[in-house]
Amino acid sequence: MKTLVLVEHDNTDMKDATLAVVTAASQLGEVHALVAGSGCASVGEQAAKVAGVSTVHVADDAALANQLAENVAPLVASLMESHDAFLAPATTTGKNVAPRVAALLDVMQISDILSVESEDTFTRPIYAGNAIATVKSSDAKKVITVRGTAFDKAAAEGGSASIEGVTGAGESGLSSFVSEEIAKSERPELTSAKIIVSGGRALGSSEKFEEVITPLADKLGAGIGASRAAVDAGYVPNDYQVGQTGKIVAPEVYIAIGISGAIQHLAGMKDSKTIVAINKDEDAPIFQVADIGLVADLFNAVPELTEKV
Amino acid sequence: MKILVPVKRVIDYNVKPRVKSDGSGVDLANVKMSMNPFDEISVEEAIRLKEAGKAEEIVAVSVGPQKAQETLRTALAMGADRAILVMTDEEVEPLGVAKILAKIVEEEAPKLVITGKQAIDDDSNQTGQMLAALLGWGQGTFANTVTVDGDSVDVKREIDGGLQTVKLSLPAVVTTDLRLNEPRYASLPNIMKAKKKPLDEKTPADYGVDISPRLTTTNVSEPPVRQAGEKVEDVDALVAKLKAVGAI
Repeated sequence: MKTLVLVEHDNTDMKDATLAVVTAASQLGEVHALVAGSGCASVGEQAAKVAGVSTVHVADDAALANQLAENVAPLVASLMESHDAFLAPATTTGKNVAPRVAALLDVMQISDILSVESEDTFTRPIYAGNAIATVKSSDAKKVITVRGTAFDKAAAEGGSASIEGVTGAGESGLSSFVSEEIAKSERPELTSAKIIVSGGRALGSSEKFEEVITPLADKLGAGIGASRAAVDAGYVPNDYQVGQTGKIVAPEVYIAIGISGAIQHLAGMKDSKTIVAINKDEDAPIFQVADIGLVADLFNAVPELTEKV
Repeated sequence: MKILVPVKRVIDYNVKPRVKSDGSGVDLANVKMSMNPFDEISVEEAIRLKEAGKAEEIVAVSVGPQKAQETLRTALAMGADRAILVMTDEEVEPLGVAKILAKIVEEEAPKLVITGKQAIDDDSNQTGQMLAALLGWGQGTFANTVTVDGDSVDVKREIDGGLQTVKLSLPAVVTTDLRLNEPRYASLPNIMKAKKKPLDEKTPADYGVDISPRLTTTNVSEPPVRQAGEKVEDVDALVAKLKAVGAI
């Protein structure tokens, strides 16, 4: 099978999410990559170095600068004439573009796969990760989004793919980019952080969140996450949210502080290697999945922990 | 303008689903069902646009079993004007639903379709995007804020890393994210009134589209169970444990 991987990037740097997709694609066959953007030649070069990629298609076009689905999807659909499968990371970019591609090709997408069982059979989570479905596709072309935490990352160096220019379909005229507000952060990106410190509603305010959670995260060099309740209450921006509808993470260590452990939150973090829970309610569901639990008032325990690590 | 709001009947989000022991699926017998939470947000947004004088009529649509009527009545009680139920006992995939919706859009000619970003049962996150592709319309997915202005709509989208605003020319498809709004509860008088609002019953055959499934689910299993952990007495013991597992 010849696969086409959508490279996640910001026109300057390739994002890590791409590497796990390359691993999934290599289990299906020959891996090609697509860099769709504007002024994105450096991303093409980075993609060409990824181990296992044989060809990188670079579509460099002002219409693709913000990777709007209306402009990217027709380009992918045209490239699919010579590929058998399209794989995108299950990021907001991938989730926006891939179903549009699938409909243009008249195929069903397979969302958020956890494993490749064979050329046409995959596993994926349903019901907020409370069940794992094995699905077999009868479509000739496969359109797939890949859960990044479920696959090892391909080596970012060592490959030597050829780079080919391709032409996009241009402006669709259906949509245009207006503006972007990207949260600035020096911290490790949530989906690739080795340690995550995550706070919930029990923090009580954005000041307390900052005061209690941030120093511990700083000391551990950790990413900061949050439950939906903490985001809804305005303690942190919404891209901190871990869960069914936020980010799916699987760090080495996930420290859940003042998080009860609702099904929807667990869906986003229960594949973490070690889960630590600090909560004053000893019956909180989070303790059912925590490897290490401490029943204590977080306002005493967390500063003490920060001091002692 | 007219707004079309697709809604789905799903297992209630508070219920912990149980996998059937024969691996054929999730047990939905005698389980509480509700409107997909993202679809409640869609209905609410449509009503707010109507209240702001930006829309005249809201049509709620559901593709599903006879009981999806209840879901549509909920939408009507919240404030939708009328409903269409496309009745089928088969499970219809997002591609099939998008094809049926595309036909309904042809008939109803709405300017805006507002759908949830994903259903909490199959967690696909596909239908809105597929519908936009089939119609050749713009798409504003994962909407955090929707501003209709004349012939276009500005959609502030929740993306990894922050927020992005796009302008779509109407007609367009918008999919709702959690923070778009807080859905209202239907009041008792409105629930009573909703019983009198029109609800058309159709079948997939009425729309003449091929909705045969492309995916076969061969097995559904429980996710791997985590080893039970242990509780520690105090912060010192926690630190020792974290060191023991190499976390710090």
